[in-house]
Amino acid sequence: MASHFESPLREPLIFGNKTYKQITNDIVGPTTGKVQPKWLFWTLVSAAVAGLFVFCITWEVCFGIGTWGANKTVGWAWDITNFVWWIGIGHAGTLISAILLLFRQKWRTGVNRAAEAMTIFAVVCAGQFPIFHMGRVWDAFFIFPYPNTRGPLWVNFTSPLLWDVFAISTYFTVSLLFWYTGLVPDFGTIRDQSKTPGRWKFYNFLSFGWVGSAKHWERWESLSLILAGLSTPLVLSVHTIVSFDFATSVVPGWHTTIMPPYFVAGAIFSGFAMVLTLMLVARHVMNLQDYITLAHIESMNKVMLLTGTMVGIAYLTELFTAWYSGNMYESYAFANRAFGPYWWAYWSMMFCNLVSPQVFWFRKLRRNLWVTFAMSILINIGMWFERFVIIVISLHRDYLPSSWVYYSPTWVEIGIFVGTIGLFMTLFLLFCRFFPAIAIAEVKSILKVSGNQYRQGQLDEVKDQEVYKNTSVEAGTWD
Amino acid sequence: MSDTKKYLVGMFDDDDVLLHAVKDVRNAGYEITDAFTPFPVHGLEHAMGLEPTRIHTAGFFFGATGLTVALSMITFINKFNYPTDYGGKPNFGLLAYVPITFEHTVLFSAIGMTVSFYYLCKLWPGKKPKIIDERTTDHLFALTFELDSTKDANYVNAVSELLKKEGAIEVYQKEV
Repeated sequence: MASHFESPLREPLIFGNKTYKQITNDIVGPTTGKVQPKWLFWTLVSAAVAGLFVFCITWEVCFGIGTWGANKTVGWAWDITNFVWWIGIGHAGTLISAILLLFRQKWRTGVNRAAEAMTIFAVVCAGQFPIFHMGRVWDAFFIFPYPNTRGPLWVNFTSPLLWDVFAISTYFTVSLLFWYTGLVPDFGTIRDQSKTPGRWKFYNFLSFGWVGSAKHWERWESLSLILAGLSTPLVLSVHTIVSFDFATSVVPGWHTTIMPPYFVAGAIFSGFAMVLTLMLVARHVMNLQDYITLAHIESMNKVMLLTGTMVGIAYLTELFTAWYSGNMYESYAFANRAFGPYWWAYWSMMFCNLVSPQVFWFRKLRRNLWVTFAMSILINIGMWFERFVIIVISLHRDYLPSSWVYYSPTWVEIGIFVGTIGLFMTLFLLFCRFFPAIAIAEVKSILKVSGNQYRQGQLDEVKDQEVYKNTSVEAGTWD
Repeated sequence: MSDTKKYLVGMFDDDDVLLHAVKDVRNAGYEITDAFTPFPVHGLEHAMGLEPTRIHTAGFFFGATGLTVALSMITFINKFNYPTDYGGKPNFGLLAYVPITFEHTVLFSAIGMTVSFYYLCKLWPGKKPKIIDERTTDHLFALTFELDSTKDANYVNAVSELLKKEGAIEVYQKEV
């Protein structure tokens, strides 16, 4: 009895005639054994880049926000661009694990664990920017409503900036709970495969003493499902609220109702791009080709094609609305984006986000690893430019021509941004080494339906049935 | 240790065989103490006759608490404790409270349910687990039958026979 029905014509999600035992060995394997020199090298490089973050942040805290290029006219610049970029990247993990769980998309099991980890690390990076943009970072706790002796002076509950505080902190907490609860059974598996007492203790601590009893699994499944149900509106709300930071203002170019759906689509777009960038490398280095198959990559490319095109439509709609509004400030804001001093940022964004993903209309290109990798990098760049375009170009020429400026970042801003990439990579590399990079239990639970050897059996069964008469059901034709 | 219990353990190497065995063993009138599986086997909780979990109901109430806390707190602060006049706008603006109220509902529900989950399952960091068989988190499935003083050798033999007939690859006794 299979756990769910799937058409036998569908591509298998697990290759290599895996057994339950092999799945355990394949995924626990990378967490054991000697440290690979390659891994150590890249982790040290990433940690050094993360060190740059610490250095630049320290510099900024010591000498103040004046060390940044952001100033009176362009009050929000690289910091908020980077914040929105990282938060967007952080959307794919929860989308994959929550929304795809609700839609019963089984292909999520191969990638959800790493994508969720990526979400958490991306939100960690994102959080740095608004916190350190406060300048007096030691007063950062003022953003939380707590009874105080200053009046009482409360935070403004009707401000989108405060909504953001709640949205981001809730998103981080819920994602962390979701991710960790999923990890607990897999830590139990690693514990039981441990050869040394130190390792056993370490993974037992992480596994909370998990043994896989039937009642525990029942509660675990129920919890996962409800957390997925909660995370689905949550993940949509987070980037909606991020977009409110702009949409509820009265700055031409920001003050548009199209912002929430456009931001959410963009977030999913960039998130999947980052998942692909990381997974294509991890899959190769950790030999996970049997679990992260071309089918997984193709599915993600399809999502990117959809969301990229949605973002593209939003760009065009914005232009149309600006022209149709007849409002000269609104029209100027968009003309300035395309033909002003930052034209290169605008057209980079257009090319990376709208034009280039169209290659994914072709199946051959969707299933080409090099094309996918190149596209994932392009999209990451494009989505960064999108935020830069929205934030900096809308601000740098305000209502008063005497205060117009051409903003460029200082080395401190660049260092902080590059540093967060180092921080992100360090966390991700540590995750790949010490944590199960693929959800072991979840992959096992789909093996009998989506494993290639079982799919072959299903195909043989239906070969002679009337409905499949005109279809080619030869196994192994999926590539 | 004094709190160890003795179990008869039947090991299976296939989830479908396990499910079938669970049904037959229960039909034969034997009570299964617990089952240990490497992944959630669908239908196992029904086959074993476990009560449906109520953790989602708890989640609803946690969420309702979060909603109430957020809404009442914001209302108290904005309307009574620190009313501010922004161009004559009302101090109670429900629409503007929606985002934070929503986030709070989700936050309370998620934290409450997760804490309940670990509390109900009695799982915590550093807990010393009672492992029946290390292979149950890997590739095998175990059914356990507690052997207390009321269970005699006949019972052990009968259950062992039945388990073997149902396709158990190993049947043994273990004290944990």
